Amino acid sequence: MSLRGQAYIAGAYEHPTRKAPDTSIAQLHAEAARGALADAGLTKDDVDGYFCAGDAPGMGPLAMADYMNLRLRHVDSTEMGGSSYIAHVAHAAAAIAMGRCSVALITLAGRPRSEGQSGTAARPVVANAPESPWEAPFGPVTVNLYAMCAMRHMHEFGTTPEQLAWIKVAASHHAQHNPNAMLRDVVTVEEILASPVISDPLRRLDCCVVSDGGGALVVVRPEIARALRRPLVRVMGAGEAPKGQLGGDVDLTFSGARWSGPAAFAEAGITPADIKYASIYDSFTITVLIQLEDLGFCPKGGGGRFVQDGNLIAGVGRLPFNTDGGGLCNNHPANRGGITKVIEAVRQLRGEAHPAVQVANCDLALAQGTGGLLGSRHGSATLILERA
Amino acid sequence: MTDHALPNPPVGPESAPFFAAAGEGRFLIRRCTTCGKAHWYPRALCPFCFGETAWEEASGRGAIYSYSVMRRVPSPFAIAYVTLEEGPTMMTNLVECDLDALAIGQAVELLFRPSEDGTPIPCFRPT
Repeated sequence: MSLRGQAYIAGAYEHPTRKAPDTSIAQLHAEAARGALADAGLTKDDVDGYFCAGDAPGMGPLAMADYMNLRLRHVDSTEMGGSSYIAHVAHAAAAIAMGRCSVALITLAGRPRSEGQSGTAARPVVANAPESPWEAPFGPVTVNLYAMCAMRHMHEFGTTPEQLAWIKVAASHHAQHNPNAMLRDVVTVEEILASPVISDPLRRLDCCVVSDGGGALVVVRPEIARALRRPLVRVMGAGEAPKGQLGGDVDLTFSGARWSGPAAFAEAGITPADIKYASIYDSFTITVLIQLEDLGFCPKGGGGRFVQDGNLIAGVGRLPFNTDGGGLCNNHPANRGGITKVIEAVRQLRGEAHPAVQVANCDLALAQGTGGLLGSRHGSATLILERA
Repeated sequence: MTDHALPNPPVGPESAPFFAAAGEGRFLIRRCTTCGKAHWYPRALCPFCFGETAWEEASGRGAIYSYSVMRRVPSPFAIAYVTLEEGPTMMTNLVECDLDALAIGQAVELLFRPSEDGTPIPCFRPT
């Protein structure tokens, strides 16, 4: 059995806030849910499946189902960091195909900006995590674990800081058209290289924003989607894969997308060349480059040449990416960007992206997420969507 | 030179023998008694074949696989992955070194540095 055509994304909503000091996390989840249901033309009472991950407060789905007073017959709290919500779409499609639910709601929300979180701060030591005795003393924060991947990629393939900077340049070109984006100024390669090094070789402008906010998706049975008055966005294929340190055979030059990507393309029956628009998780510029290679948009090691000279800019390059400005410029709510990746892919397939960045005849789109820490252990989720 | 205080590791039943040996200056890794392969981080079950594993003393010699110097903190430091002569690659800190003169492939040797509570932590310095 395949997920292909088994479910549709009927509702998508990105919370407009980027700073919410006076809003609870539960409220942000619920506001995002309300927005996505309104977008779909459905109500709270239509929801019978609910999906959330580690950002959900309290006891996750139990707390949020109670807060929103949902009557559910299917619950899934798969936790793969920022890639969770992309996997949730696939899990929702599978549940719908099996008859476990008909209208699946997926939510994400958080307030890391108001809470003063940063990618350079020490991560709290989780005493019972099996890796903690072997890693906690060494100061693994977010940025230096991604930086080690960039350092190794540069060593093996000759990737340059200028090439990484082109990824941020492309994101900034898109963000200028998004009134909700945190960073709307177009930046140049030179400006990025002049920004301070945070952790070698990553500079400040190689890093995503820290934003409050949230988002939600509504995934439904095909018959329900066809009865709604929204453009049809069909789930075509999906893959997911965790990747860690491989028992000590550490290889920082590839991500779990090496496994999740081919699975998704095979299920959809298409190849990377068929994709008109790609949402690629951009916690850091290096995250994008490695995933593009792993998904097969270019050969391993060729990511630097692929992204340079504006190849990711809508209307300019071969593969328009993150036309909302991505995590690098627009939004990275709860330090988890997966849901915004799906939301912008839905906008593109519906023809509802900003006209300046709308991809012409956008019939096939991909959303790719990497959650957790690229340099130690992370989840990868790939989703392929089609305008029906 | 890096001299920031290393946070304490949460030592548990699977890791206690390592830190006890480290207190005697011995650097242990774990190797599978079935498939014969060494791994990192140390586990009771082999991550390659689920066989039983046993401690053995390692050389403490290796080479830098990758590293990054954290610059935007009061006391810059180098996190790294070091590939041991015995095969596995482990997360560590590079210490007693010029943070601007590190390179992938550089030969390094183990030394134990105390954490805040004195637990010996396996770090490396260039040879």
